[in-house]
Amino acid sequence: MTWMSFDAALPIVFMVLMGLSMLIYVVSDGYDLGVGMLMHRATDAEKDVMVASIGPFWDANETWLVLGVGILLIAFPKAHGLVLGELYLPVALMLVGLTLRGVAFDFRVKAKDTHKRTWDRLFFAGSALASTAQGWMLGRYVSGFGEGWNYPLFAAAIAIALPMAYVLMGAAWLIMKTEGELQAHAVSWARIAWAPMVGGLVLISMATPWVSPTVRERWFALPEIIALLAIPMMTGVSLLAVLALLKSRQVRGPLCWLPFALLVGVFVLGFLGLAYSIYPYVVLDRLTLWQAASSPEALKVILVGVCISVPAIIGYTVFSYRVFRGKAGELTYA
Amino acid sequence: MDALMLARLQFAANISFHILFPTISIALGWLLLFFRWRWLKTRQGRDAALARGWLDAYRFWTKVFALTFALGVVSGITMSFQFGTNWPGFMERVGNIAGPLLGYEVLTAFFLEAGFLGVMLFGHGKVSERVHLMSTFFVAFGTTLSAFWILALNSWMQTPAGYEIRDGAYHVKSWVEVIFNPSFPYRFTHMVLASALTCAFLLTGLSAWQLLRGVAQRSAPRVLRVGITLAALLVPLQIFVGDMHGLNTLHHQPAKIAAMEGVWETGRGVPLLLFAIPDAATRSNHFEIAVPRLASLILTHELDGEIKGLNSFGDAHPPPLPLFFAFRVMVGVGLLMLATSWLGWWLGRRAGWQARALPRALLWLFAGMTFSGWVATLAGWYVTEIGRQPFIVYGLVRTADVVSKVPSAMVGTTLLLYVALYLALIVAYVTVLKYMAGKPEEVLAMEEAEQAATPAGAITSPVVPGGAV
Repeated sequence: MTWMSFDAALPIVFMVLMGLSMLIYVVSDGYDLGVGMLMHRATDAEKDVMVASIGPFWDANETWLVLGVGILLIAFPKAHGLVLGELYLPVALMLVGLTLRGVAFDFRVKAKDTHKRTWDRLFFAGSALASTAQGWMLGRYVSGFGEGWNYPLFAAAIAIALPMAYVLMGAAWLIMKTEGELQAHAVSWARIAWAPMVGGLVLISMATPWVSPTVRERWFALPEIIALLAIPMMTGVSLLAVLALLKSRQVRGPLCWLPFALLVGVFVLGFLGLAYSIYPYVVLDRLTLWQAASSPEALKVILVGVCISVPAIIGYTVFSYRVFRGKAGELTYA
Repeated sequence: MDALMLARLQFAANISFHILFPTISIALGWLLLFFRWRWLKTRQGRDAALARGWLDAYRFWTKVFALTFALGVVSGITMSFQFGTNWPGFMERVGNIAGPLLGYEVLTAFFLEAGFLGVMLFGHGKVSERVHLMSTFFVAFGTTLSAFWILALNSWMQTPAGYEIRDGAYHVKSWVEVIFNPSFPYRFTHMVLASALTCAFLLTGLSAWQLLRGVAQRSAPRVLRVGITLAALLVPLQIFVGDMHGLNTLHHQPAKIAAMEGVWETGRGVPLLLFAIPDAATRSNHFEIAVPRLASLILTHELDGEIKGLNSFGDAHPPPLPLFFAFRVMVGVGLLMLATSWLGWWLGRRAGWQARALPRALLWLFAGMTFSGWVATLAGWYVTEIGRQPFIVYGLVRTADVVSKVPSAMVGTTLLLYVALYLALIVAYVTVLKYMAGKPEEVLAMEEAEQAATPAGAITSPVVPGGAV
């Protein structure tokens, strides 16, 4: 094996960075959106605690999406145009959803009491719309924007499964960050969301090789398949552990953080599987990393900024989660 | 309508909505720092009400900042997607130059948000005064730095420099020349001042409203004075900088100036049109009201200076009608700001800045001008952006060549969706500001409740979950 030159390796560096941003976005805004989608099941007092539990984080969480799309835009401009052109409508719907959800955070506490309910409803609707649109986009992207009856069906399946996964994440987040009645509610919400989420995941894992020949070849090639088997096996074990935890009493005690941690693990595994299926393409079967990348000179200039700021961002994020690590309290209006 | 026009309208709708919020937050960050600093300076003194007033001002306007910032973030996310959905050819061609500038903006914004906004909004009482003041400084500095990168890119698109074309693609020859391109210093200063003025009138307007309603007695008179003084100082400066910016534009983008002034034929001693309706079809103006030679005097600082007319640019010139009117709206609002801020400062000084001694008519006047900065800023941006057409990068890349091939119907549908959403949000924003201004005590009480509910951690002192602060 010969080492590739630094210039040729640059697009890979940026692909890794972009993938990492997207993964962090999906995990971190995933639980935000999940909490948002659980809003309509909660009492008014619970809603305040739920929003308070994600309040200090959501802004930074959403910025990972800007960073991910930003890297797509500046490092892979050709892919940015192609991907966002294909996903024009779902992108617009997702943006509307994220906008509604984002402004509802501030408006719901600052508006008149009579308007608070409207903003709470918009908070829920925005979260649901954004999650569904993201699921659809993921489905279209994974299948390389294929044409034919089975592709939209596949995207629709993911458009249902991804929000379910977010809801489960959101419930697990609440189990970790709250106490008392709300925590008990969160456990029961998580139990309800578990089966559809797992069902969706299984269906999608079976459908992916069916819609994409490239992925099929990747997955079922010997001897890689033996190493690859680790991914579905670890995913399965993690999900079963989550279910067992949800049924045990420990989940409301010292192990309250474990379901969330396991679900983050599931997302990371899913991401690794996806990355393995798609590499070295940016757009499956159409555009490789190197075809889509900006010039090495431009990438080097961006890399300097990235090397300075990304470690700082990660460092701060860890710090911030540590600072706000406790349980979310009840809102007490004087 | 054709796809190009729809794509432009959609992008214009998004960027117009977006710019409303950074325009406020760029300067408001610095003003918050000022309020905070005044509080730290006065809190040891004898006048407890004075110190309390500065703290109230800081806390109330922090809430406004948080709301404004949130709207800026969500509309900014839309922007990052619309580069690709509306103008896929833009990054393909000039991505090597625009990419790093945008990249640094995103990283700056990210740094700022992740780093300091959380501490500024939620950390009051959880971190030391020094750390909190530093956080406020970095938030202000970060928003200004974001503006720096975005305006560097926009200015490069207006007056490209420091690039070379190799194999049909644009590459950077000198980053210094790219960033500090000929129009950048003028545009950046003009925009920062525009932000300061927008904020000055927002502060003055909401405070005047509070005084009329008889609320926020401790903070409103002080904020009103800060707003009026700031405006009275900066409007003349803005007029001076605007004039320099105009001269720079005349040098680099003469077609834009010709469209702004409704000049069709190149000539000397060109009159200034106070009113006209430029008609692109007949290539002439209707209903002209003109002051002889004044346009030449203003633009070239000579009575018989030459100004190039639109006819000398072939088809490569912007549509004069929107530019002509947008420019006059901007200048008109600017002159109104000059008149009101000087009048306000004079009357305010005469009244010794005592709330009760201020004429109510003056307060109503300022309340009416709360959002005048938005009008002037938007009008100014329409002048500069429409004035760049038909190019996306002046003289080099045409807008029509980089537009996406998404069907018009879909662009039209999403355009309606965005516009409806944005209009609703602007109404909500203004309504909530008015509501907050009318009930400042509730807003401040809300902050305490919010703090109590924020997941507890320990920076300096542990806070009991669910406990009162």
